[in-house]
Amino acid sequence: MAFLDVQNLTKTFGQTTVVKGVSFAFDKGEFISLLGPSGCGKTTILRMIAGFERPTSGSIEVDGRDITHLKPNQRQLGMVFQAYALFPNLNVGDNIGFGLKIAGMPAEQRRARIDEMLKLIGLAGFDKRYPYELSGGQQQRVALARAIAPRPRMLLLDEPLSALDAKIRVSLREEIRAIQLDLGITTVFVTHDQEEALSISDRIVVMNAGNIEQLGAPHEIYNKPATRFVATFVGQLNTIEATVLDAAARTVSIDGQAATVPALPATADNGSAVSLTLRPEVLSVGARQGNDITLSGTIADVTFLGSVIRLRITLGSNLLSLDTFNDQRTAPPARGEKVTVSLASKDLLVL
Amino acid sequence: MKTNRFWAWLTFALGAAYFIVPLLATFEFSLRMRRGTYSFDAYASVFADPYFVSSFGYSVVIGLVTIVVGVLVVVPAVYFVRLRMPWLRPFMEFITLLPLVIPALVLVYGYIRLYNSSSIIPFTGSALGTDILLTGAYVTLALPYMYRAVDNGMRTIDIGTLTEAAQIMGANQAQIIGRIILPNILVAILSGAFLTFAIVIGEFTIASLLNRPAFGPYLVGIGTNRAYEPAALAIISFIITWGAMGMINVLGRFAPRTSARTD
Amino acid sequence: MTNTASPRRIPWDALAVAPFIIFAVMFLFLPTLGIIGAAFTDRAGSFTFDNIFGLFTDQILAAYWISIRISGASAFFGALIGLAIVLAIIRGRLPAPLRSAVMTFSGVASNFAGVPLAFAFIATLGRLGLVTIVLKFLGLDIYRSGFNLLSFWGLTLTYLYFQIPLMMLTIAPAVDGLKKEWNEAAQMLGASQFQFWRYVGLPILWPSFLGTLSLLFANAFGAIATAWALTGSNLNIVTVLLYNQIRGDALQNPGLGAALALGMIVITSLANVIYLVVAARAERWMK
Repeated sequence: MAFLDVQNLTKTFGQTTVVKGVSFAFDKGEFISLLGPSGCGKTTILRMIAGFERPTSGSIEVDGRDITHLKPNQRQLGMVFQAYALFPNLNVGDNIGFGLKIAGMPAEQRRARIDEMLKLIGLAGFDKRYPYELSGGQQQRVALARAIAPRPRMLLLDEPLSALDAKIRVSLREEIRAIQLDLGITTVFVTHDQEEALSISDRIVVMNAGNIEQLGAPHEIYNKPATRFVATFVGQLNTIEATVLDAAARTVSIDGQAATVPALPATADNGSAVSLTLRPEVLSVGARQGNDITLSGTIADVTFLGSVIRLRITLGSNLLSLDTFNDQRTAPPARGEKVTVSLASKDLLVL
Repeated sequence: MKTNRFWAWLTFALGAAYFIVPLLATFEFSLRMRRGTYSFDAYASVFADPYFVSSFGYSVVIGLVTIVVGVLVVVPAVYFVRLRMPWLRPFMEFITLLPLVIPALVLVYGYIRLYNSSSIIPFTGSALGTDILLTGAYVTLALPYMYRAVDNGMRTIDIGTLTEAAQIMGANQAQIIGRIILPNILVAILSGAFLTFAIVIGEFTIASLLNRPAFGPYLVGIGTNRAYEPAALAIISFIITWGAMGMINVLGRFAPRTSARTD
Repeated sequence: MTNTASPRRIPWDALAVAPFIIFAVMFLFLPTLGIIGAAFTDRAGSFTFDNIFGLFTDQILAAYWISIRISGASAFFGALIGLAIVLAIIRGRLPAPLRSAVMTFSGVASNFAGVPLAFAFIATLGRLGLVTIVLKFLGLDIYRSGFNLLSFWGLTLTYLYFQIPLMMLTIAPAVDGLKKEWNEAAQMLGASQFQFWRYVGLPILWPSFLGTLSLLFANAFGAIATAWALTGSNLNIVTVLLYNQIRGDALQNPGLGAALALGMIVITSLANVIYLVVAARAERWMK
């Protein structure tokens, strides 16, 4: 029995349908990301789960109870907003205790729960501070504590990291994940940042234009993208133009070299052009065991990223991106150098 | 959500009724001069009154002079305080709030005591002197509004950078203010000017205590002697105020794009 | 040009600020100090408290009291009603064009004070006013049931015509500053709309509300033109009393007149001091 069960959810604003019959179901304790570009409908879904938007049709069940038509304040959910949304007139302790106070918890118990929450987010002793005295990261941690203090049935996170600095973003997302695992609370996380979604989630719903493109664990989404949209939106992707040699045998010609690919589109005829795609990290400079295709090209550009060096390599008519690890003992390759690159034909994706 | 909207509309409707009914009632009253039928006789009577023309003209002139003096006093002060003497700002803010705290009636009492015909500066000793005093009083009255408008205007255009840019190109101080700063805050100044005008044009207390033939005292005189003309004059005054405020709104659209509307 | 040799540059700063300072001294400080001085001076020119003691007569105290009541009531109701209308327009999501029209109208109405306002209310709620006549036609004779435009409530009702818009103009930016997310966060934590306003919305608006309240109070307290045009010299409010004193020494004691004016300054200052103290406590959470 699914804990969060969304069925045929549709939302129309005036003439435009922003969520088009979306269904998904998740188990208790899962961390779910809704990932997609802005305007894909992910935030609208979250706001419908929260109760701020009324679905045009469809239903939302949490823990076997239909909450589609409940008011937001009856749903017992917790939510963290993009811009913190801490109450500026209340200090940290009162912010965290707000939901408890509304629920009528006696002051003493509330005190204990607030202290427990402050310890959980690593801000013990901050209860008398006001929001303006805190950094963005601290404010967002308080917002998280405020959301989970009343022990909500589910936690909703609306791009909670996007207003923060890059470094804090990474450390806070790890912290959020640790707390979520610790409490075992079912969490729905909305983000447009694929790296964030990949690193934090149990499962990801990739959305585009109001539809689900793919639903799966992070490694499934990354390794086996179901659609071209998913493949390009999640992670970097190279495209190689190839010519079909024999559709039945799944052989193609890449830059004059024959290769057998895992699959070909049904429409591919002998002699027609196909686009093959592959991740930057499956390409290697020079030969490597298991790589059955070797191509030669010229380095067009070198980007030094620290532990990783990203090369852009011209291969005939194709421009490929390739990541290699930085080797402290040798200088990075230079622009204009001739290189050979190799890849395994089984890593080629046909979309 | 539905009920929320209902209460919003209800509140708005009640508020609107309170503000619109007196205007309609006044207008209706102003048309009743001729028995048994509506007419614009009251308006005709007002415009035919030579005292209307003279007192209104007097107030317009005083209003314009007030605006000019106000701008000359406020603009350079705000500019230099913002640019060079930020430590004076709290003091400026305090001064410009005073006219909102000290009633105009008290101030004019102070003027009459201080600047009477036997004092060092006998403003009230002559008609011209009293006119000058009246103008000074009006500048004071409008000070909070003029200051706020100009200060807002200067905040939005970052006068520090503009001034430095002009200095590097060799402009002198007068050129900077005249050619760079003033044109950029013109809209803000005009907003303050129209507000000043709206305040000055019907002002009664100070003008009547200084015995000047202004529009405000004229209105009170009409109020005690006539029945329908006051209503007509109220409508005329409302239209004048509306005109001044409407100008501020129109000007707001021409303000520098970064500016927060000052209306 | 040897700038280094002759450091006599024109002191623009001082020249530019001087008129402002001179103006403030001539038209604000000196007159006020003059009044304060006169309030403590007897006819012979020596220091005295007699003028201050002289204020404690029934007539003068009554005048102060009526003024305070009218200013307090019109400020209080003006602030409440003004806030309600602003909330209805901004939070009730009424159409945007309506909002800008209302704000423009507020700019006009807040400046539509003084004599013309009195005329308008005479034409509306005077004995021959349209509303009076219509209500009488409908069977409600407001004057027979005790209403009088020249009374406490009549004057308060009239003052509201500029007090409400003034409140709306000053409080609108604060209401705009209330973030939608605060309301949503409160709802997610189980709060009703009432609870949101009780614990979050109104406390955030409170300092601005108080500030405007004291402004409205001073605004009404110093007003005279409307009252004068409505009632002539009949109404015993402190501004009318002082006006008569300035005009013709009605109290037959210039020192007492100065004391009366000083009392007005003290009361409006007090309103501001109370605001500053309360706001400082309510604003702990502000930067």
